[in-house]
Amino acid sequence: MSLWVDRYRPKSLGVLDYHKEQASQLKNLVKQGDFPHLLVYGPSGAGKKTRVTCLLRELYGPSVEKLRMESVSITTPSGKKLDVKTISSNYHIEVNPSDAGIYDRCVVMELVKNAAQTHQLDPSGQRDFKVVVLTEVDSLSVDAQHALRRTMEKYVATCRLILISNSTSRVIPAIRSRCLGVRVAAPTSDQIVSILQMVCKKEGLTLPLELAKKIVDKSERNLRLALLMCESCKVQETPLQDKQEPILPQWQVFLRETARTIMHEQSPKQLMEVRGRLYELLCHNIPIQMIFKGLLKELVSNCDMRLKAAVVEEAAFFEHRVHQGNKGIFHLEAFVAKFMCIYKKFMEDSVIDMF
Amino acid sequence: MQSFLKTGKLGSGSGAGPSGEKSSAKGQKRGNKPTPWVEKYRPRTVEDVVEQGDVVAVLRQCLSGADLPNLLLYGPPGTGKTSTILAAARQLFGDMFRDRILELNASDERGIQVIRDKVKSFAQLSASGVRPDGKPCPAFKIVILDEADSMTHAAQAALRRTMEKQTRTTRFCLVCNYVSRIIEPLTSRCTKFRFKPLGEEKVVERLELISREENVNIGKEALHTLIEASGGDLRRAITCLQSCARLKGKDSSSAINNDDVVEVMGIVPNRWIDGLMSVCEEFDYYKLTEYLDRFIMEGYSAGQLLEQLHLKILMTDTISDKQKATICDKLAVCSHRLQEGASEYLQMADLCCTIMLCLRQ
Repeated sequence: MSLWVDRYRPKSLGVLDYHKEQASQLKNLVKQGDFPHLLVYGPSGAGKKTRVTCLLRELYGPSVEKLRMESVSITTPSGKKLDVKTISSNYHIEVNPSDAGIYDRCVVMELVKNAAQTHQLDPSGQRDFKVVVLTEVDSLSVDAQHALRRTMEKYVATCRLILISNSTSRVIPAIRSRCLGVRVAAPTSDQIVSILQMVCKKEGLTLPLELAKKIVDKSERNLRLALLMCESCKVQETPLQDKQEPILPQWQVFLRETARTIMHEQSPKQLMEVRGRLYELLCHNIPIQMIFKGLLKELVSNCDMRLKAAVVEEAAFFEHRVHQGNKGIFHLEAFVAKFMCIYKKFMEDSVIDMF
Repeated sequence: MQSFLKTGKLGSGSGAGPSGEKSSAKGQKRGNKPTPWVEKYRPRTVEDVVEQGDVVAVLRQCLSGADLPNLLLYGPPGTGKTSTILAAARQLFGDMFRDRILELNASDERGIQVIRDKVKSFAQLSASGVRPDGKPCPAFKIVILDEADSMTHAAQAALRRTMEKQTRTTRFCLVCNYVSRIIEPLTSRCTKFRFKPLGEEKVVERLELISREENVNIGKEALHTLIEASGGDLRRAITCLQSCARLKGKDSSSAINNDDVVEVMGIVPNRWIDGLMSVCEEFDYYKLTEYLDRFIMEGYSAGQLLEQLHLKILMTDTISDKQKATICDKLAVCSHRLQEGASEYLQMADLCCTIMLCLRQ
């Protein structure tokens, strides 16, 4: 019993549901001898990982799917021992270096070195290189990225890197120029609808068009989220109904309420209350970026253009601050306080204008 | 990739062991290992170097027997700095190339310790004025410090005295992008040469030559886009050409078109930039957020967008200078924040709000 997301994940480049032209280009790439380093980027839920697994299968055949979980222990220069979880097959190894926090540099260096220095035992193996898949490259520290750049060059003969990231803005140019960029755009709404319907058909269900559209709207073009929502709808009620409402994640509802509290009253007392709610969100590991975006979306709804611009500017300013420090709550709270201040002033001014 | 091959050639350089071994093993397994075109079409002799008249003239004199000064080559990436000095060294020393050159890629070995140990001990060795086969050759060695601008100041300072003391046996060649990051005492010890960005005709010539040799079918318009996007950086242009060719497959009949180039270079298509400007002119916040959402969903990079938007704004005549100044100010701030990891959505929203307000005035 597995989730739909996993059960209906395409297994080879030929059966992908969208971006077919790109898939055929990737096939061409595999056919040729020289395989470059890849940088796969796109928003979450667009199918980056799926494409990479398909690509690996195309490179090495079905045996690449025999995966095993391993825990590699790495000693940092300062003598600290780290355990890093990796997923590997005979041909590739996959790791999320940002798990190691500030020691990501050592992880990158060690793993790539280990993978590159062991040669393929079977000389008849199709490829003479292994693949190292690094996920979430955009949260790698700059130091680690520079280290990567050097390792990429040094071990190019024995290993290729596939980097997966959400955006290339945070990847240093030196790495970008060494990789072949593969952009994976999010599927369009129609594509998601047709995929949802196909999956439901395979499950022996009929998905009303109305509901499918609702799910797509809520999922913000994130295919994984759409599939999960669809499945949860099924759990809620089978057969699927037209008027059924897809369930939003709890935290989004909570965030919306938080925004409403801020709009309702602007006072130090209210700020204390908001602080409690923000802590609650942070405790549940909601990324700060999402909180900022969600709050902003709700807060600006009642402002005129000039005020909107001011609020957006503050949001951008404080969100940037979050990345410089390491205590997110300060900056979130500062943003809320600033908003209250701007908003209240605006309201008072408009009241004065009326008289 | 390019530096990897450099270290591969070096042999004596640190850590080149595994790569060196492997490439020879690979050579046996597969007769013709595919090489990056950047390496394949690297100029072999000083005469082959495209443009850059001054430095070529100096090197040519040196080849015909004159003394070589310490060199400082600087200029934007992809203009042939490293290629020039490598070609010259190969011509000077012939087979002894490996023994006479110490090439340090400063991006990893930048510490003062490396300068003290490696460079100093290499510089202290004396070189003979004849080759093993009896022909004369220059009686010095060359230390090439690539990417010298990323060396720490302490390391650069450590180089000062070494440079002077060992002039009898060693010449230094510093290669960097920004001459301002090299400390004054070092620049005054070297002869400076600036490498200009390559002119369009030269790049066209070179790319056409390569596509003829490699049987790549590329349209005129696509070539133009490629050159414009690479901005005089020949390496980037060639790498991109090769990537396009790889994606298309060897025996495909269709020519590389404009869209392929745009995709591989990671450029944001122009219609997105124009769209953004028109959304900003409309002064509607909801349209803006919707547009930004769509933009991010498409997976384009915000950093790239900012760069292209900057050009677009500079080139637009309908915006007054004052407005341009305000927008560019914000652009710089946002770009800086993005680099430090701030959220793309918020930064772009901030920038666009500024543009909106600016255009309204």
